[in-house]
Amino acid sequence: MLEVRDVSVSYGAIKALHGVSLTVEQGQIVTLIGCNGAGKSTTLRAISGLVKPSAGSIHFEGKPVSRMPPHEIVRLGVVQAPEGRGIFSNMTVRENIDLGAFTRSDKHAIAADREKAMELFPRLRERISQNAGTLSGGEQQMLAIARALMARPRLLLLDEPSLGLAPQIVQTIFKIIRELNAPPPRGAGTTILLVEQNAHMALNIAHHAYVLEVGAITMQGPAAQLAASDEVRKAYLGGR
Amino acid sequence: MDTFLQTLKDALAIGSLYALIALGYTMVYGILKFINFAHSDVVVLGAWGSLVLSRWLEARTGSTWTTDTPAPAYIGLLVLLAAMVFCGLVGFTIERLAYKPLRKAPRLNVLITAIGVSLFLQNTGQLESLFGNRPRSIPALLPDQTLVSIGRVNVTTLDVVGLGTAVALMVLLEWLVFHTKMGRAMRAVSHNTTTASLMGVPVNRVISFTFVLGSMLAAAGGFLWSLKYQQIGQTADTSWTLLGLKAFVAAVVGGIGNVRGAMVGGLAIGSLEMFGCAYYKSSMADVYVFGVLIVVLLFRPGGILGKATIEKV
Ligand SMILES: Nc1ncnc2c1ncn2[C@@H]1O[C@H](COP(=O)(O)OP(=O)(O)OP(=O)(O)O)[C@@H](O)[C@H]1O
Ligand SMILES: [Mg+2]
Repeated sequence: MLEVRDVSVSYGAIKALHGVSLTVEQGQIVTLIGCNGAGKSTTLRAISGLVKPSAGSIHFEGKPVSRMPPHEIVRLGVVQAPEGRGIFSNMTVRENIDLGAFTRSDKHAIAADREKAMELFPRLRERISQNAGTLSGGEQQMLAIARALMARPRLLLLDEPSLGLAPQIVQTIFKIIRELNAPPPRGAGTTILLVEQNAHMALNIAHHAYVLEVGAITMQGPAAQLAASDEVRKAYLGGR
Repeated sequence: MDTFLQTLKDALAIGSLYALIALGYTMVYGILKFINFAHSDVVVLGAWGSLVLSRWLEARTGSTWTTDTPAPAYIGLLVLLAAMVFCGLVGFTIERLAYKPLRKAPRLNVLITAIGVSLFLQNTGQLESLFGNRPRSIPALLPDQTLVSIGRVNVTTLDVVGLGTAVALMVLLEWLVFHTKMGRAMRAVSHNTTTASLMGVPVNRVISFTFVLGSMLAAAGGFLWSLKYQQIGQTADTSWTLLGLKAFVAAVVGGIGNVRGAMVGGLAIGSLEMFGCAYYKSSMADVYVFGVLIVVLLFRPGGILGKATIEKV
């Protein structure tokens, strides 16, 4: 579904990615783990069109997207909930949710999806007309995911959804990610590319995993297999 | 009492004009975080555009429009709309040619470019083949009839139409910004361009739209100004610079980047100026305006309706 091939990205003189390749198959949860500064967010930014690769290509469902502007990539169904959540704190929760549906004009379906999102995150319903800046960190993350869902993503990119959240909320968020990915009728069958530092949780729910180290993929494989490997356990799971 | 009412009337008239122009400064600042110095020149083009078109219409219809025999009402409306469309196009073009290529450049470069655009417009406007370098007077587009008299204060058609137009445009803008999808997109871009684009918002289109909108309001400001004063200065005249500056002060005082703030700021500056003149020294009108700017910047740098901000420009 998504094919990232030999992508390099530089910020001025700083080279953040050196020839990263990864594939996301339809229906899967793929996780990308790595340390701070490894280039995880940069990879997602490149997929969303926020930074342009200096080399390599990105294809979504066979279409080259690396030269498209970000808003057109969203229209293809590649939707990102960015690092740090990117909540519009100058708007209400409701306005944030509706912005997620910016690319759509089917009023009734949008209203139905808003209803669904609030069923998924009942907290948001209680806060619907509140200013989004007043939400707690966990609630903001829920809002960021709910907002991304409003675009009806075919591929959902999540950048560290667990960052800075209490363990219990992290559990909730991961449970929801798994539900979203579940095939209908239980879930929406959404394909997910999940960037995480919480390697333990990520490897636990993912089908496939990639390890990114200083701008290059150093390991990949079925998530369970990576979770069992010595190197990953040492470096990312705090094992001996 | 008469003085008070008269001053109040003047304050509303000039204040709503400042507000219309301040909106353009504030919207562009809200989205691109720079002061569009060329904005006041779009006001000037609105005024001169109105003048040229109404003179042409006058000649075409073989009439002479004076305060006693003003143009029919639809002519005024036509000139206003034409000026708005014209300035909308000018604003669009300025953004495309001068600012868009600098999207990733440091803000100082954009600021200097804006000053360049401003100087360009001021000076080419004074070419003999364009508007010339002398003030001219605009035909009377509205009757100067007294509608009601309160005490010795006359409220004229011009007063009512001027204020009415400004208020109607601001109500329209308020609706657009806070109750439409495009308005929501504008607020999103203003808050965070990158995240807005992740929502599927076409950022460049929103920026163009903002310039068109601000320039259309500027045109209305120029139009109303020329109706009010009849005589309008050449494009590089200091009266325009001062008008632009005061509107800019209104935007800052209201809280730059804040649409409602610009409206409040415009009325505040207009009132301050007019009441200051009426009740203290009229020679000091500009001192009041810029004095309050300093006071606001010292004690409430975010403006009346703005939130306190640390970083900016
Ligand atoms: N806008 C930028 N300008 C310059 N360098 C940048 C920029 N953004 C990222 N970098 C650099 O690129 C590298 C990769 O950054 P990136 O944000 O992709 O890391 P990450 O894996 O997401 O890290 P984290 O886990 O901390 O979020 C880092 O060395 C970072 O300093
Ligand atoms: Mg990151």
